[in-house]
Amino acid sequence: MGFGPVRPEVNEPVFHAAWEARALGLTLATGALGHWNIDESRHARESLPPAVYLSSSYYEIWIRGLEALLDRHGLLDPAASVPHPRRLAPGAVAQVLAAGTDYTRPIAGPPRFRPGDRVRARNIHPRGHTRLPRYVRGHAGIVEAEHGGFVLPDANAHGQGDAPERLYTVVFDGADLWGPDAEPGTSVSVDAWESYLEPI
Amino acid sequence: MPHDHPHHDAPPDPMTERVRQLEERLVAQGLVDPAAVDAIIETYAEKVGPRTGAAVVARAWTDPEFADWLARDATAAIGSMGYAGRQGEHMQAVFNTPTLHNLIVCTLCSCYPWPVLGLPPVWYKSPAYRSRAVIEPRAVLAEFGLELPPQVQIRVWDSTAELRYLVIPMRPEGTEEMTVDELAALITRDSMVGTGLPVAPERVSG
Repeated sequence: MGFGPVRPEVNEPVFHAAWEARALGLTLATGALGHWNIDESRHARESLPPAVYLSSSYYEIWIRGLEALLDRHGLLDPAASVPHPRRLAPGAVAQVLAAGTDYTRPIAGPPRFRPGDRVRARNIHPRGHTRLPRYVRGHAGIVEAEHGGFVLPDANAHGQGDAPERLYTVVFDGADLWGPDAEPGTSVSVDAWESYLEPI
Repeated sequence: MPHDHPHHDAPPDPMTERVRQLEERLVAQGLVDPAAVDAIIETYAEKVGPRTGAAVVARAWTDPEFADWLARDATAAIGSMGYAGRQGEHMQAVFNTPTLHNLIVCTLCSCYPWPVLGLPPVWYKSPAYRSRAVIEPRAVLAEFGLELPPQVQIRVWDSTAELRYLVIPMRPEGTEEMTVDELAALITRDSMVGTGLPVAPERVSG
């Protein structure tokens, strides 16, 4: 079905070629320069032509996405060759990786939804970035948890700021998503920002 | 004509060359220090990996207060053991029970809890896993050799936001006398993603 069987590799190495390791390191090191955020970089990868995306290996997608970001932000301008003020120093790597990025944001006002509420994932088809998977759009589910405010990827990917919204875990019954062909006794949850949901 | 052996005079493969040229330009432009790239690679190749998650799970099996903390605030509980960072900023621990099995996927990209499991394996990032785990999780688990009884419900968690999920598998029977370190040796990466179960204790000692 679909893309065929999942093929786990026994004793899989962390990297399958030296260039894959460099691709990871270059992506993280250039990300530290601060010109783009994780949502913009995801969007750059996901904006590759579908046939290219599906036929490229994971780190090839990363490299193609990185090339697009460098181009968009004009960072490979041959005239500039002084060290970037935020160039990641080797001695700072451990601290930067251990710190990560806090994506939570304080948010005013009460939550629109509470655990136990029935909600519907909105039937939307944004032109830009979103993290609402197509397979839940238009389907009803149950709010299981409310996690407070988080940066909204739909805005953050496009330089429109954090635009924080409350984030909810919403559970969908397998049969509601997939109909009579669903495997019995399965459910699927997504983490959905408030504007992805509407009350029922 | 395809060959299955390398030629010493063959040019580098296209991705090797493409990434090498990109790195050269980034270094020449003052954007990247290659030693920082080395340090990033060393971190994920040698320091961060699933043994970290196994230590968290083994502690949860042996320390009920820690397990409660993990359930309430996984980020803080895991952070108290010194494990934190990129792609693990907002952790959630989900506990298997005799009637519920948890399975983690990221259908949109490849979100994975790096600080406790390391970098994701290729299958986790593959279109096959990402698309099918939500549609037919039992069929996918069967491809990992895991057949769950029909009465066990399967909950698939699609990591669509910045929450990162760690499955806490059930402690195998016959492990009552084992130390935390012995228990940790039973806990596989796949058992913390939900595509496997911990190793049975007799298979470790034997």
